[in-house]
Amino acid sequence: MTKQFTDPTLCSSDITPESSYLNRRQFMKSAVAGSSALLAAQPLVSKASDFVGVDTFMSAEESGWALQAPDVLTPFTDVSGYNNFYEFGMDKSDPARYASAMTLDPWSIRISSDGGETADIQFEDLLRAMDLQERIYRLRCVEAWSMVIPWNGFPLAELLRWLNPEGSYRFVQFRTRYTRSEMRGTRSFSSVIDWPYQEALRMDEAMNALSFIAVGLYGKSLPAQNGAPLRLVVPWKYGFKSIKSIASIHFTNRQPQTSWQSIAPHEYGFYANVNPEVDHPRWSQRYERRLPSSLFSPNRIPTRIFNGYGEYVADLYKDLDLRQYY
Amino acid sequence: MGLKRRLGAGRWAIHVAGLLSFIWLAAAAIQNQLGPDPIKQLALLTGDRGFQFLLFSLAISPLARMVSAPLLIQWRRPAGLWAFYFLCLHLLVFAQGYIGWSWALLVEELIERPYISVGALAWLMLVPLALTSTRLARRKLGRRWGVLHRLVFVVAALGCVHLLWQVRADWINAGLYTLICVLIVGSRYRNASWFLKAN
Repeated sequence: MTKQFTDPTLCSSDITPESSYLNRRQFMKSAVAGSSALLAAQPLVSKASDFVGVDTFMSAEESGWALQAPDVLTPFTDVSGYNNFYEFGMDKSDPARYASAMTLDPWSIRISSDGGETADIQFEDLLRAMDLQERIYRLRCVEAWSMVIPWNGFPLAELLRWLNPEGSYRFVQFRTRYTRSEMRGTRSFSSVIDWPYQEALRMDEAMNALSFIAVGLYGKSLPAQNGAPLRLVVPWKYGFKSIKSIASIHFTNRQPQTSWQSIAPHEYGFYANVNPEVDHPRWSQRYERRLPSSLFSPNRIPTRIFNGYGEYVADLYKDLDLRQYY
Repeated sequence: MGLKRRLGAGRWAIHVAGLLSFIWLAAAAIQNQLGPDPIKQLALLTGDRGFQFLLFSLAISPLARMVSAPLLIQWRRPAGLWAFYFLCLHLLVFAQGYIGWSWALLVEELIERPYISVGALAWLMLVPLALTSTRLARRKLGRRWGVLHRLVFVVAALGCVHLLWQVRADWINAGLYTLICVLIVGSRYRNASWFLKAN
């Protein structure tokens, strides 16, 4: 791999730690207030103001991914309070309750490839190298609910270019952090998931302009339950593809197995593109509940192919039978 | 012995439990306390409560035998009726939130998702049981009433299938319900002749 992984002139301790980087505004605030309660555990219901701001970023309007009518932003409390992050429990409220146990600093990411190269990069190094922007994306969960979220981050293509692996690879594979002692869900004896959680993209999918790495949302650093410190966001695919808390990235030529695919291959395919025409044995994919929803106005809307992003991604699949490769 | 003779009146406690449970659910729904996806929560909560009442109704006969308190049998009807009531709500939530009262979508769901058809079949089987729960129906049906009401075992089995079929990443919930169901039903067979007489 390239020199970027191991710049001999710098070691990661020379660089501002990620927490100070992300925390500096809060740090100034708390310095003024003389408060040290900053590090206290996150409350059950989080407000955007509880989180520290991310670095200056290009707004969604400037980046070209603004809110599209008739979408309405899902409130921060719902985005950060209703999560699937099974490492922290099966209930939607479990991640908000327990994800704060995850050590976010230091955070290193293992980069490797079939070619045998390996390198560890520090999250703060990566963050320093990237220009942040805001993008407002729809998120469609395979469980038939959806949200509209303003993410902060950078295109996955930028990251992959920066990593610049030697040789060319057809797939990029991601793994979530797996720390048994910090992730109570992984200690459950009745869980059938083979940790760590894994996902992968075809290289052309990964390089697509839509593919995004989020390090924040609503202008704040990512809450742990949303996949801090960095996560994938691929809005034309079901939410489970958008892997959280990335601990490793692997470049490969063999199509990797993904977690859900290995648990139930007839239910979850490698591609997992949002598609109302492809049946799922658990949930009808024709409609989705746009959250927040309520009993008397369920906010049930028809699901669109590729979650409405067809003009950007349909070309990737023009030679693929989407019923067979779901 | 006085307590055991008064046990029959305890059936009102079942009504109170059912009513409180419903009030809690309705209040939580109305006050928006069920999170951003209340439809899913309500579907889960009504299904859970319905199945819990159903299992409880199944447990009463073996329990009555175990503590030699035949009057406990009077608890079965309210428990069964509350099970039916919550499972009706379960169905209403499904119709309102999941398929928007569309017949076409209902047919599609029943065909494409067998766990839903199994659940629907179980609910359908509960209908004749609820309708014949009155004293009058019981008198009129005579012997056949007992035979008809053994359908409840089929309903419980279908309920377990309905849950097991939905197991995804974690089997604990469906597994526990099924285990409890098997234990309750199994406990009857330690003394099959008593079971036949009691019916």
